[in-house]
Amino acid sequence: MSPAPEEAARPPRGRRIDFHVLGPVLALIALVVLGTLINGNFLSYGNITNVLSRSAFIGIIAVGMTFVITAGGLDLSVGSMAAFIAGLMILVMNAVLPATGVGVLPVLIGMATALAAGLGAGLLNGLLVTRAGIEPFIVTLGTMGIYRSLVTWMADGGTLSLSFDLRGFYGPVYYGTVAGISWPILVFAAVAVLGEIAMRRMPFGRHCAAIGASEKVARYSAVEVDRVRLATYAVLGLLVGVATIMYVPRLGSASSATGLLWELEAIAAVIIGGTVLKGGSGRIWGTVVGVLILSLIGNILNLTDMVSPYLNGAIQGAIIILAVLMQRGSAARE
Amino acid sequence: MKTLAYLGLAAALAAGPVLAQDDDAKVIGVSIPAATHGWAGGLNFHAQQTVERLEAVYPGLDFVLATASGPAQQVNDIEDMVATRNIDALVVLPFESEPLTGPVAAVAERGTWVTVVDRGLSQEGIEDLYVAGDNAGFGRVSGSYFADRLPDGGKVVVLRGIPTTIDNERVENFQAAIEGTGIEIIGMEHGNWNRDDAFAVMQDFLSRHPQIDAVWASDDDMAVGVLAAIEQSGRSDIQFVLGGAGMKEMIKRVGDGDPMIPADVTYPPGMIATAIEMTAVGLVSGAPVSGRFTIGSVLVTPENADQFYYPDSPF
Repeated sequence: MSPAPEEAARPPRGRRIDFHVLGPVLALIALVVLGTLINGNFLSYGNITNVLSRSAFIGIIAVGMTFVITAGGLDLSVGSMAAFIAGLMILVMNAVLPATGVGVLPVLIGMATALAAGLGAGLLNGLLVTRAGIEPFIVTLGTMGIYRSLVTWMADGGTLSLSFDLRGFYGPVYYGTVAGISWPILVFAAVAVLGEIAMRRMPFGRHCAAIGASEKVARYSAVEVDRVRLATYAVLGLLVGVATIMYVPRLGSASSATGLLWELEAIAAVIIGGTVLKGGSGRIWGTVVGVLILSLIGNILNLTDMVSPYLNGAIQGAIIILAVLMQRGSAARE
Repeated sequence: MKTLAYLGLAAALAAGPVLAQDDDAKVIGVSIPAATHGWAGGLNFHAQQTVERLEAVYPGLDFVLATASGPAQQVNDIEDMVATRNIDALVVLPFESEPLTGPVAAVAERGTWVTVVDRGLSQEGIEDLYVAGDNAGFGRVSGSYFADRLPDGGKVVVLRGIPTTIDNERVENFQAAIEGTGIEIIGMEHGNWNRDDAFAVMQDFLSRHPQIDAVWASDDDMAVGVLAAIEQSGRSDIQFVLGGAGMKEMIKRVGDGDPMIPADVTYPPGMIATAIEMTAVGLVSGAPVSGRFTIGSVLVTPENADQFYYPDSPF
């Protein structure tokens, strides 16, 4: 994390090295080296699986957030939305359980509920932004409060818990593995690959970037601005549903403390990854790297006693700023 | 969040003047934090139950119950209670000590009876009655339990709550209670009284330490996350996990004789009921109730678990 690589990688004339991409990757590599030096177990299969599985919730959401931010929007409601969907899913699954019995059916019903609720919540945000013309910050600040209150109300201020038998059956969705790789990691990887394709190879990604760069120009270029923006919020909502499907089997519970500050973690990951906060340019792989950086910091701090736990937040903040500095430093001089 | 608090204030102001005032009845205002986490959920449950019960028992008493999502809103709530309901007594569980001290002192100067619950004000002598939780005892009872269970010493990890004086007091007394017993704390991190954070912290403790004899989760929500992490790791070196507070699911596991959850230490949200009841008794009967009343933190074991089990409470 010294400023040295910044100097070394200053783009020579003619051939450009894309520092937007390299900065976060270098930060990630530095963190991995640091972690390995601090604790021999850092690179163990168990620890890597833990960290990647843990990253999956924020990661899946952050991929969707990349599209929203690229198109010049913002969504502050995702953390509360995840809590609300988790609560709803648990209520629905517990309600159908006596009729269906423990098995695939209640889990499928729960998953369908999560996806439908996520899509609905995303569409609501999107419609309020595009049809009603309210700033995304205000719309999603409002829905953030609404979903957080709803889950508190549904849980009566306490915790909603999935029926114990069903938790055992559903548990493998978080804890289970395919060829040694856990399910959340596989789903996160699939979402990231699909996101990359949509961002780079499909009109949707180009339209998002065009709208984020200049809404007027995009409109003149026959981009259906409102439909694309609505779609970004809907996709994000759907992905929050997917993340919740992976989250609920972990502890089998939801409360008003579920998903706290996820929105800020997801936005931070997107920005660390090189997407511009005011829109116009988005990088899915950068977002994935950003998510990994955020969860590695927490992991490394837990693996060492060197730093007082009171300072964890300060270290995280410093590394976030450093990572963005490394990425922007050279760009500003161009 | 601030914006939301202001929205709440606007709603409270709009609702305030509509309430009619009954001149004969004495009014008790109850101001507590909103149900944003499990323990506070229990607090709200017990407060509502007590208010309902007392309104039936004493026709001459009226209650105003307000829940605040932050210290600023709580100050507004209290000001509204004084201005629009002219309360005769205030029962308050301060969100934070510092910002509430001035406003509560102003209420006390009016001659209103003030009962403070759990979290003390930063200035002494304001309240007439202080119903306190026993954070020092919470840590001490937990530490003694570890000393009893691990007479030959052992390696333990500790999950702490949100960095506050409450958490510091608990941890200091825990450390004092295990001093000289050969029990070694090999890791201590903040799980913020949150299941998900505790799950991640415990996973990392398990990666870092090949041998852990026991876990002081120091809270029942954190114990849930800790147990899930241990189950996932498949490790069998951990003998037991001690939570705290008295969540009904954990009390039930203690009562059922679960070997991983052999005990619990109470920090009952029901202390708000004690405070409201004592305040009401003082108002209607004139029996002396001023002073300090500490609700002890006690060890829950399979033998006494049914005394602490509230199946209807959300916590």
